[in-house]
Amino acid sequence: MIPPVPQILDELELDAFGELVNIGVSKSAASLREMIGEQVHLSVPTLSLVSRHQAIEMLNQEGHGNLIAVHQVFEGDITGRAILIFPEAKSLELVRAVAGGGLSLEDIVELEHEALAETGNIILNGCLSTIANLLQRSFKMSLPEILRGSGSDLFEMESSPEAGEHVLFLYINFAVRQRDILGYIVMLMDLPSIAALKVLLVEFIERTTGVKAPRPDEIP
Amino acid sequence: MVYKVLIVDDSKLARMAIAKALSALYPDWTRLEASDADGALEVVKRTAVDITLLDFNMPHRDGLSLVADLRKLHPTMPVAVISANHQDEIVSRTQSLGAVFLPKPLTEKVLAEFLTSADRQLKVSRS
Repeated sequence: MIPPVPQILDELELDAFGELVNIGVSKSAASLREMIGEQVHLSVPTLSLVSRHQAIEMLNQEGHGNLIAVHQVFEGDITGRAILIFPEAKSLELVRAVAGGGLSLEDIVELEHEALAETGNIILNGCLSTIANLLQRSFKMSLPEILRGSGSDLFEMESSPEAGEHVLFLYINFAVRQRDILGYIVMLMDLPSIAALKVLLVEFIERTTGVKAPRPDEIP
Repeated sequence: MVYKVLIVDDSKLARMAIAKALSALYPDWTRLEASDADGALEVVKRTAVDITLLDFNMPHRDGLSLVADLRKLHPTMPVAVISANHQDEIVSRTQSLGAVFLPKPLTEKVLAEFLTSADRQLKVSRS
């Protein structure tokens, strides 16, 4: 049975995590805007505890067919994956925006891998570094990896046996309307990491608001 | 002068963080809160709010849409848009609506500078 999210993270802790990600992604969006010269629009983050299967369904429901993703693993007090996902059809448009005009289709195709890795690095690394700084911890980030396929291909990556079937699924969509680019940022964390995250969020809430909450290990 | 300050953010944590900084600076000022643009407009219509501090990225309507509505009701009210999203378009639209852009996470020092200038502006407009 899935423990309801409130039993793992209470309302204020979920709110705090959403706000951390919002700050992280907002800063990254500003960096991406500098790179491409057009405004990047962001949605409000949505956060839910779902099964891996539901996470795949949620991505597939967007109905964009084949996807292309930049994937980075973060490790430290908490471990998880951050993924920047585009419908495959939009990725060349992103490369054109990042690499500038005047390139032939051949050049753009050749640059695709590099430009996607660089964009992923700016958005995901930027976002995760901001979150790590606000939590006063450091994360070790893997190099960006490019993945292609359907929602299920992207999520069928190895996870440790103790990771469990359920994940904390965080979803934000972004768009560069002038260039018809849209994509999603997804962050996944396994349940064992959520317990560690709870401790960090309790400390963060106390620092930010001055309100002291009992630590999880102090709750009778 | 003692003022009424409205804090608008869909995140309760963000509202608490701003409230903490505000009460450290001006413990006797009144704080009002709303979690979205519509809620903020309701507060402003029934209460004489002096200063508004609001978030940019909120569900339904963003903070700049709220500033535009606030300007119809209170053309000169000191308003700050607080966001980590410092894209040129957002900062310049904030300024064109006569509001001030403050970076998130908000520090007490940055808030203090904004409130000092708001206090000056309110004293001049009411003298």
